[in-house]
Formats: sequence, C-alpha cells, structure tokens
Amino acid sequence: MLRFIGKRLVSLVVTLWVASLVIFLSLEVVPGDPAAFMLGLNAQEDTLAALRDELGLNKGAVERYVDWVGGMLVGDFGTSYTYRTPVAQMVLDRVQVSLPLALYALTLSTLIAFPAGIWAAARRGKPADIAVMGVTQLGVAIPNFWFAMLMVLVFAINLRWFNAGGFAGWDAGFFAAMKSLTLPAIALALPQASILARVMRSSLLDTLNEDFVRTARAKGLTRGQALWRHALRNAMIPVLTIIGLQFAFLMAGAIIIENVFFLPGLGRLVFQAISARDLIVVESVVMLLVFAVVLVNFLVDLAYAAVDPRLRGRR
Amino acid sequence: MNRNLVLGAGLTAIFLLAALLSFAWVPQDVTQMDIANKIKPPSAAHPLGTDHFGRDILSMIMVGARTSIAVALVAVGIGMGLGVPLGLAAAARRGGWLDEVIMRANDLVFAFPSLLIAIMITAVFGASALNAIIAIGIFNIPVFARLTRSGALSLWTRDFVLAARVAGKGAARISFEHILPNVTNLLIVQGTIQFSLGILAEAGLSYVGLGAQPPTPSWGRMLADSQTMVSFAPHMALFPGLAILLTVLGLNLMGDGLRDVLDPRLRRDRQ
Amino acid sequence: MTLLRIDGLSLDIRGTPILRDVSLSVEAGQIVGVIGESGSGKSMTAFSVMQLLPEGSVCSGRISLSGHEMLALSEDHLCRLRGNDVSMVFQEPMTALNPLKTIGEQVAETILIHERTSAEDARHRAAEALTRAELPQDRFPLSRYPHELSGGQRQRVVIAMAIALRPKLLIADEPTTALDVTTQAEILTLLKRLVQEDGMGLLMISHDLAVVADMADHIVIMRRGEVVEQGPAQSLLRGMRHPYSLALLAASDHVPDREGAPQDTPLLQVRDVIRDYPTPRKGLWGTPGTFRAVDGVSFDIRRGENLGLVGESGCGKSTLTRAILGLEEVQSGTIALDGAPVFAGHKPNRAVRRRMQVVFQDPYGSFNPRHKVGRLVCEPFHLLDNPPAGADRDRAIAKALESVGLSADDAGKYIHEFSGGQRQRIAIARALIIKPDLIILDEAVSALDVSVRAQVLDLLADLSDRFGLTYLFISHDLSVVRSITDRVLVMQAGKIVEQGETAQVFADPQHPYTQQLIAAAPQLPQDVRKLAHEH
Repeated sequence: MLRFIGKRLVSLVVTLWVASLVIFLSLEVVPGDPAAFMLGLNAQEDTLAALRDELGLNKGAVERYVDWVGGMLVGDFGTSYTYRTPVAQMVLDRVQVSLPLALYALTLSTLIAFPAGIWAAARRGKPADIAVMGVTQLGVAIPNFWFAMLMVLVFAINLRWFNAGGFAGWDAGFFAAMKSLTLPAIALALPQASILARVMRSSLLDTLNEDFVRTARAKGLTRGQALWRHALRNAMIPVLTIIGLQFAFLMAGAIIIENVFFLPGLGRLVFQAISARDLIVVESVVMLLVFAVVLVNFLVDLAYAAVDPRLRGRR
Repeated sequence: MNRNLVLGAGLTAIFLLAALLSFAWVPQDVTQMDIANKIKPPSAAHPLGTDHFGRDILSMIMVGARTSIAVALVAVGIGMGLGVPLGLAAAARRGGWLDEVIMRANDLVFAFPSLLIAIMITAVFGASALNAIIAIGIFNIPVFARLTRSGALSLWTRDFVLAARVAGKGAARISFEHILPNVTNLLIVQGTIQFSLGILAEAGLSYVGLGAQPPTPSWGRMLADSQTMVSFAPHMALFPGLAILLTVLGLNLMGDGLRDVLDPRLRRDRQ
Repeated sequence: MTLLRIDGLSLDIRGTPILRDVSLSVEAGQIVGVIGESGSGKSMTAFSVMQLLPEGSVCSGRISLSGHEMLALSEDHLCRLRGNDVSMVFQEPMTALNPLKTIGEQVAETILIHERTSAEDARHRAAEALTRAELPQDRFPLSRYPHELSGGQRQRVVIAMAIALRPKLLIADEPTTALDVTTQAEILTLLKRLVQEDGMGLLMISHDLAVVADMADHIVIMRRGEVVEQGPAQSLLRGMRHPYSLALLAASDHVPDREGAPQDTPLLQVRDVIRDYPTPRKGLWGTPGTFRAVDGVSFDIRRGENLGLVGESGCGKSTLTRAILGLEEVQSGTIALDGAPVFAGHKPNRAVRRRMQVVFQDPYGSFNPRHKVGRLVCEPFHLLDNPPAGADRDRAIAKALESVGLSADDAGKYIHEFSGGQRQRIAIARALIIKPDLIILDEAVSALDVSVRAQVLDLLADLSDRFGLTYLFISHDLSVVRSITDRVLVMQAGKIVEQGETAQVFADPQHPYTQQLIAAAPQLPQDVRKLAHEH
C-alpha cells in the first residue's frame, strides 16, 4: 500500500515539474522579451528597462525558472504588473469563488448521475432506461454556457428567482453565497452528470454480466441484492476514472461559466490578465489549475486502492 | 438498420450540407450590415430573425457551420494523425522506455484541459481559429494514443499476432497489418465522439473570445454577441445554440449507432 | 422420494430451441453425470434447474426439486431455494468470486441471506465450510481475498459457499475443466467426499467421459439438446447402444494409425537451455529478482518423431515453445535445428525459422478476423526470400487447404465462416504451406470437442506420414499425448524430470511427479477402453 502511494507521489511530483517547465517555456521564453510583449510595441526603452528590472528579467532563464518555482513552493506567486498586488492574494480571493463552484457542481453531478445510472441499469431496456438514456443524450450534447444563458432567461429574467449574475460574497452569508452559485453549478453539472450517468449505467451492465454476479445469484441473492452488494462496487472503478477526468473539465468549464454569470473567479481573472497581457498572472493561474487537476487524479488513484484490494498488494 | 445511426447521420448530414451550400449560396450576405432591420424576430424574409447588425441569422448559422466543422475536423485529424502511431508504438514496445515516455507525456497533456492550452496559446500569440484548432488538436492526441494503445495491447496477446511473429514479421509490420485494422472500429467511434467534443470546445472558445475572431462567423461568437440582448431578443441566443446542440447530438447518436453496428460482441448480444 | 426429477423439459431462448424433451432424475446421495459436447445443452439443463437462465428463455415440462415445482415458483421463492436447497459450482474459478470481497464475507453471505443469525455465527460457520472444503483456517483465514489464491483454491471457496448450508442438491458445471490434472483429481475427490458425508445429490456436468465414468452412479448422454441415452454408469459404459454414444466412447480414447517410424538422426537439439524473467523489485529500492522459467533443459527430437511434452500450467512449456520458435532469446544454452542455431548473433535465424511452424490452441484467436483465409494461410511465405506470387501462390494455398481436407474455394472466405475444427485445419494448412520439417502443436487439440479432436489427430498422423513431418506435441492432456507420441518429456518447474518411450513412461513412471500426474489423470476402466477400440 505504502509502495503504491509512494509510486503515485513520485509520478505526481514529476508531472508537476514537467508541467511547470512547459508553462514557463511557453509563457516566458517563447515570446522572446516578456517585458516588450507585456508593454506592447510603442513602449519606451526606459519603461521597458524598468519593467525588466522589476520582473527580474535581466537574470538568465534558468535562474528565473528556479526563482519562480522556489517562490511558488513558499506561496510567493510574484506581483501582478497591472494590479500591483501580489498574485497570491488575488488568486486566494478568486479561489473562494472557483473552488466552491467546482465542488458544488461535482456534488450535484454525482448526486444526479449515480441514481440515474443505477436506475437505468437495473431497468435495462424498460421505459425508465430509455428515458434516462434520452435525457442524458441531450445533456451531453448541450453547450453548458448556452444552457446557462437559457437558465438566466427563464429563472433570473422571467421568474426572478435568482440574480442574473454576480457573486453575493461569503460575507453575505453562506446561503446567499450558495444561491448565487446555484445556476452556474447547475449549468456546469448537467453535461457532466449526463456523461457520468451513462458511464455508470454501462459499467454496471458490464459488471452484471460477470461470473461472480451469477455466483451470487446462485447463492440465493435477488437481482437487486446482487446489484447492490456485488456489482456496484466493482462498477465503480471506471466511474472513478471519469470523475477524476471530469474535475479537469469542471475547472475549465468554470472559466467559461464564470463569464456568463460575471462571477469573480479564477476564470475572470485569467481573461482580464490576458487582455492586460499580464503574463505573471496567467502563468501562475494556469500552474495552479494544473496542480488542482493533477492532485485530483492522485486522489482518484488513492480511491482505486481503497476500492480494490488487488492494488493494495499482498500482506 | 440501426435507428441511432440513421437519425444521427441524418442530423450530421444536414449541417454538413448547410456548410457546403454556404460556399455557393446563402439567403443573405453575412458581411452586409442592415441596421434598419436589426434584431428582428423570425419572419418570412428572415426565417430565424436578424442580429444586432441586421444580419440574417440563418445565413450566419450556415457560414458558422463551416468554422465549427473545419476546426473540429482538423483537430480530430491532428489527434488521430499523431495519437494513433504513438499508441501503436507504445503497445508494440509495451513496458519499454518508449511506452513509458509516451504514456507519461499523455498524462501530462491530460493535466492541461484544452481550454488551458488555448489560454496559454492566446496569451502569447493572440486569439484565432487556428489557435483553437491547435489547442483542441493537442488535447485529442492523448485520447487517441490511449485508446489505440489499450486496444492494441489486448490484440498483441492474441495468437494471430504470435503466428505473424512466427512468420518472421517485425513489430512495425504487425502493427499495420494486424493491429491497426482491428482497432479501426474503436477509432471510428471515438473519432465521431471527439468530433462532437471539438464542436463544443470550439463554440466555448469562440464564446469567450479565444477562438474565431470577427468577422469570421462562428456559433460561439453569435452566442456571445447575443448575451446582453437575451432578455429582449431571445431568438438571437436560441438558434445558434440549437445548431450546436443538434450537430453534437447528431454526431453522438451516429457514434452510438456505429458502435452497435461495428462491435461484433454487441451484435451477438442482440441476437 | 426422488430428489430431483426433470420431466419432458424443453427450453427455447428467444425462439431458438435449446433443449427438447429432457428427462432425468437424481436421488439423494447419488452422483449423476451429464455428458455432451459443446451445443449439447448440458449446461443449460443445469441452469434450468437453478432457474438462472438468460433473458428471453421459455421453459416447459416439469422440474421438481424435493417437492418444489421449480417452473411454477415465484422469483422470491426461487431465491429462498437457491443456495439453501440447491447450489451450484461453476467452470471458471478465476472469475466466479467477487474480487473486492474477502472469501470469508462471500461464504458467510450464503448463510446470512438465508438465516436470521448473527454475523459472528455466520463467520464461524463460514470457517467451518471452508475447512470442509479443505481450506484450513490456519493457512487460509477468512480475511483472504480471491486474488491471493490459486485457481484450485478459489474453486474450493466456491464449493464452500455452495455447501455452507448443506443443500440437498449440488450442481457442478464442468467444475474442473479449467484446472490442472492434479488439482482436478483433488477437487473430484473432495466433491465425492462431500456427497458421502452430507448425503446430497450431485448433478455433474462434463465434456469428459473419463471424469464422469470415474465419479458417477448414473450417466446421461446428451446431444443437440436431447438425451440420447442414459442408465446406471457401469452397465451403460459397457453396453452403449446409441450410435452417438458409441462414437463418443470411441473418440474419447482414439489412437490414430501411424506408419512411419522415427529415424535415428536428430532434427532439433536443445542443450542446457535457461530462460530467466525479471520479477518486480521488492520494496521501493530493492533490486529486481529473476524467475527461472526454463532451467537447464536438454533434449533431442529425431527426424520423423512425435515427441510429447507434458506439464501443468506454469511449468515453463510455453516459454520453451517461444524459445524454440526463435521468438525470444535464451540466457544460456543452445537450440539448433539440423545443427543451425535458431538465434544467431542475437537475431532470429530466418533460415531455421522457415523450417519450423506452430499450431496454437485457440481456434478462435489464431486468425486475424479481417483477412481472408487465402491471405491467412500464406502468411509464413514472409519467411521465404522469393515467395511465390500470383498463380503460384494461389496454387500453393489451394494445395495446403486440400491437404487438410478443405477446398481451394475456401481461400476466399473469412475465418468466421468456419467451425472450430475447420479453423484448426486452416491453422495446420498455414503451418504446412512452407513445407516445414518440424511442427510444434501447442495444445492444438485441447479446445476441440472429442469427436472433432479424433478427426484432427487422424489428420495429423496422416500428414506426418505423407510429408515426413516431425511433431513436438505440447499438452496438459495425458490421454492425447499417450495416443499420438513416440516419446514423452515430463516438465515440472522449468525442468525435465523424466523422459522416455511413451508406452514405457506411462506403464512404469519413475519420477514421483510423473507418477502423481498419471495417477491423477482420469481414465476409462480398462475393459471399457478395450470396447472403445473395437468400435
């Protein structure tokens, strides 16, 4: 078990290291002189020199990379050129919106998908199955930002149940904050829930065909008991993989959805930074998102080991 | 005949034909503004209404289909063109260093959702349809590499591959003669799925301004333009969204149908 | 009262008739063997008793199990009977257990499903059931997971699950087919002992006449969904009347006629061959170990000889096969055909390779489903420097197909159009096409039904006489090796432990392992074998 975690940890660190190299190379080395890039073509030579000085661009690329990575390890993400504030502080503010949104959406999608998928598999070929499959087929095909716009039209503009956008802030109370995240979370969750329900259904149907389910039935378990006690846990392995992958899509999807609802999250920050050509902010936020994705996949690997004794190795 | 396949292929064909037709003819030139007729709901003259510049939305959707289809198709091409050979090579040298390098590189790309790749490219080179293609295409590579590798790995354990090795055939020859033809079904099915994901991704990127730039019409941009007007001109948001939904739905149904038709295991189950 | 009575049972699955008018009965304490080839409906008869049939199945007739009319019972009622009054053991022990639950949980579940009792009591009785299935608690505690056990041990867990509540009837569907001979013998003895101890009835399904002859009190012979003949075991074996039963008996102990005698010159020489595989490293920083799959093996095959190589799974015979075929290089020792090494300068030697071919076990996995038979058969031409092309190539394909009893037109068909036996003929044609000296038959008839197996063995004998072929016959099945080889090697844990003339080795085995193998192999009684040869 320890060996399994150790191996995964090593691969996590290596992936992050290579990812940081890729990000650094594409954002700081490829553009040539980042200072010139950030200030545009008409910049004065002395402003350029000042910026280079400020950003430490006079040092070699290797030294800058080491500074950047070293800084991140102690929580120093540099200073935003446009906002003149530490990137770490900006990111921290924005994460308070983006992370709850992603978790909210993940929870919703799991809560919808599991029952739907299990129900469809248990009633294979019956009207319930056909209905779930039809709805999820639509759910997979719908662009989530368009769905978000339609929800704004119906629930915010016409019915006035929700605000059309903006974030109440955690100071306004937990429920007020969650309320302003609800439409965005539903928009994010719907396509993910559809995918997850379909994976759950097909994985469960595969498992129900396994020999050990037949063995369980021969012991006297009913169809339902065999499904809950034997098939379900075995069917979870591919489902976990998809949940892990979905987290990456939720982070990415959140960037777009935040724009529909004018939420002050990481996504808005990235777009503001791109239009301001603030490479330092882009670099740090991208690295942070990659870190989140890699970390979640590491946790999924641990979950595999919790589910499957074969991965824990012989005692 | 498979119902999903017919329905899906039909929907897909409608949008493909609309895109092709738009090269020869559209109801109204999409570069022409007609401010007098702006934001008109659907009418006889404009079946899907007009936008805030008075352009005909049906024509915009037809021309926008070109962008969506082209971006998604080229991105699938990039993914298959690079991913399939990498997957074949990894499987042929399973457990070796090449396999290890290819799979670790795949893990790395998976850590960058296509939107992050697009953000990085845009931050340096600016936004364009080409950059959207590259971002989606890069993300497609590991998808096809993994699929090919896992399909190929199970084939490499089969006796007919052993027979080919006994006949003195090398790994490259076996990969192309015996492995590739037996994974094409998987690739066709995955290809339609990635095609539909590509259309969604292009729409998303264009919506946030990281994809096709004006004046190139694109479904995602049309939705972005409509956003501030959705309360009084819902038709501007409705029709481009429906176009995306129906195209993606068509491709997904086609993928499901193809899987049922091509997979002999499922075919046997149904009998 | 009769424990199980099946009366006029017919079964259709989605309109396809599977069983027609099957009748048989099992008494308490009696072992009834059901024999048949694939498609005979023997397994479906078993599943009909359990009422665990695929969707779309329609049964008619009667199945009464100790007073219960199985066809008339509700699903709830059936669930109460399954595991309690009637239990089942399956063919494939590797997949029959839930990999995520401990063996204790899985055995205890049988008890907890049927009785209101404490978890503690269920665990206690699960331990008892496992002990009765010869998995003692000190070595196999309840906390073991299935992946920590071998195939034979897993089958014991399945048996423990089935007998935990002492059912009246046990159904065993090919319970030993996936196991090695020695394990098979142990499991059969265990089943026999449980029948005696508990006085339960056993319905034993098998394709192997020798296994059933050894166990059963009563034998039922099935073919294409019908019972062709049944009766008390001893009298039925000695007094079969139905032509199919007689053909089955003859095929089970078939000895093909062979003419040519082996010459004295050696064709293949294997000397001191060692093949190691690296094993995963122990601990995070440990060094990888090695596993010696083949350990100092030496032998000769004489020209024209049929040499047998027997051993159980994992003994190294597959590794040795790959080494002889030049697919993998060995760490030390030499393998030479007519004096030329199969590996020269770390490269496979093409000149040697084109003189050896192989036929594999699985008639379904041996061919690329996307190529036509013509292309499949001529694949070994790749080994020739100037392979025949055009009309020459077509002629060679036609000749190869005709020599195995197929027609030249078959070259244009795809492989899925052929039966298992025909596919094995195509595999032989593929081996023959470059006129090799040596053909390695790697379990080549193991997957075939006995009647088809007999035909393929005859074909092999005929081809060896006509083309002067030499065979290396690799098999776990002693009866096949006994019937077709001149000499035999016995392999255990990477080593050849005994070799000699086949008749000699079987009559008077010297090594304890050989003795154990031969004693474990199920065999028809001597007088029945004599009868078989008369037909």
